[in-house]
Amino acid sequence: MAALTLRTSGWLLVLPLLGLVVVMFAGPLFNIFWLSFTDPGPGLSNYTALAERESLRRLLWVTLRICALTTLFSVVLGYCIAYAMTHAGEGARQKMLLLLLISFWISVLVRTFAWIMILGRNGLLNNGLMSAGLISAPLPFVRNELGVLIGMVHYMIPYAVLPLLGAMRAIDGRVMAASRNLGASPAQTFWRIWLPLTKPGVIAASLLVFILSLGFYVTPAILGGGKVLMVAEYISVQVLITLKWGTAAMLAVLILVSVLALLALMSRFMKLSAALGGRA
Amino acid sequence: MAAGTGSGPGGISIRALVKHYGTFEAVAGIDLEIRRGEFLTLLGPSGSGKTTLLMMIAGFQDATSGDIRLDDRSIVAMPPEKRNFGMVFQGYALFPHMTVADNIGYALSVRGRPRAEIAARVAEMLELAQLQGMGARLPAQLSGGQQQRVALARALAFSPPVLLLDEPLGALDRKLRIEVQEQLKELHRRLGTTFIYVTHDQEEALSMSDRIVIMRAGRVEQVGTPEELYSRPRTEFAASFLGKSNFLRRDGKVWALRPEKIDLSVATGQATGGRLSGRILSMAYFGSVLKYQVETAEQGQIEVDVDAWRGGGALPVGTAVGLDWSEQAAVLLGS
Ligand SMILES: Nc1ncnc2c1ncn2[C@@H]1O[C@H](COP(=O)(O)OP(=O)(O)OP(=O)(O)O)[C@@H](O)[C@H]1O
Ligand SMILES: [Mg+2]
Repeated sequence: MAALTLRTSGWLLVLPLLGLVVVMFAGPLFNIFWLSFTDPGPGLSNYTALAERESLRRLLWVTLRICALTTLFSVVLGYCIAYAMTHAGEGARQKMLLLLLISFWISVLVRTFAWIMILGRNGLLNNGLMSAGLISAPLPFVRNELGVLIGMVHYMIPYAVLPLLGAMRAIDGRVMAASRNLGASPAQTFWRIWLPLTKPGVIAASLLVFILSLGFYVTPAILGGGKVLMVAEYISVQVLITLKWGTAAMLAVLILVSVLALLALMSRFMKLSAALGGRA
Repeated sequence: MAAGTGSGPGGISIRALVKHYGTFEAVAGIDLEIRRGEFLTLLGPSGSGKTTLLMMIAGFQDATSGDIRLDDRSIVAMPPEKRNFGMVFQGYALFPHMTVADNIGYALSVRGRPRAEIAARVAEMLELAQLQGMGARLPAQLSGGQQQRVALARALAFSPPVLLLDEPLGALDRKLRIEVQEQLKELHRRLGTTFIYVTHDQEEALSMSDRIVIMRAGRVEQVGTPEELYSRPRTEFAASFLGKSNFLRRDGKVWALRPEKIDLSVATGQATGGRLSGRILSMAYFGSVLKYQVETAEQGQIEVDVDAWRGGGALPVGTAVGLDWSEQAAVLLGS
């Protein structure tokens, strides 16, 4: 009896918040869903446009390619960083973690502009290379896919490192010692024991980075210089400039469904809450 | 029997071995000859350096100074994978992502042996460890006792000349422990491998070992067969760490006297028989023995064990008693 009242009173407590979520979140979401089927006219025209319009297909292809490359580089670099952190002394590890978190906390806008100052035509790097006489004209580091990749990988590395670090720190050092004791070289121990044991961390990091990359807006917009169009920027253009809300809604639904599908995939490999930083 | 000497692989000689952690001396100069094929136990209280010594033998800890020789070849600078020592870790350290069969076959697989040979050896080891039919399971799907046997099978699969065991039975309950102790002894007899066994359980050490090394604060306190150590301890520490002992003090000398070697008789009137007299302070019943604490004027409290089946039941607290023992029963320490 007491349990029941406790449960109902608990629900009562979250009811206002629940209402807020429904109104502020589920409502607009439904609206987008609705729009994608009804604007400009009712039907599947927004979705069939995907097959018909070359520009949309290219947009999706560019987005996927950049997300995949970002994921690859972030996870590989993140793996190295997490590995170094796992094997560093306690003090060094704390310092490395602090550095990682500082870059994590700095606004994406600030970081993106910082990259422009470093990589731009008159940026530090080009000026340095030119005054050293290594190049005669500035190299195009930004306003192209390379710039977008650099910025995104830089932003994503902390997201890759954290799940990897968790997976690596959970490994029992005695297991590694056992491998050496049984005659495996350090390289064999890495490939046959360390890498498989960190696989759940690699999957979690990859999915996390990929999902976050899918919706990236600021970095591609600035570092791509309008030349590298990804889905998020395209949606914003459709909504704000060309006012094709139906196309924008369709793309939004597409991303949402892809992300949910990826999360479902991820949940088959591990407990989602654990991968996203929670416990239990 | 098993404690052979001389030729053949598996004899280890440790010379002036020292290990510092920073300024702390975990192993403070150990000299030890481990004979081929013997079952040698490192026994000592927590923190006495047993694991550290074992890890240096296995190659996971660098020695600060000193030498370790295997059959007259120095191995002190050799990486662990080159030493070919089997090891059963504290907590087993099985590979959690590999099946039991892959765990056991690992040592052969990293040596690039053909599949058929590995499969045959794994089958053989599964049988030896009484794990038939469990080859396809993951370690997490096994009981503690079964995991322990997998660890053992994995360590023995490549026929190492030396097997190092760090408290392999620590995680098992008492009954299972006694069972596994017997299996381990049987295995040792059958294989002729040198076993170096770490424990802080004195009963385990007494019942299993050919020789015991009693360690204390990074040093060897005394080495000998269980019988030698029990009947002729050289120090108070050795006498009290291996079994129980009373200490008799006179003229600056100390004798160790085991509780079960004392005869206890009830005093009649004024006359008490024996070398000491006192009163029973307390009694505890242990099934086969009665343990009395006797308060004596000259030597303080003395523990006396009496076989429970002897005599007519327990004596009440406060009874005046006489204590006696034969000349050889009291061992002069420091000799
Ligand atoms: N990595 C280390 N750094 C510093 N001190 C250490 C380290 N490893 C062990 N020690 C210290 O060295 C001493 C010996 O440790 P060791 O692990 O060899 O003891 P042990 O005899 O195996 O004890 P136990 O029975 O508890 O396993 C201990 O005092 C321990 O605190
Ligand atoms: Mg230990």
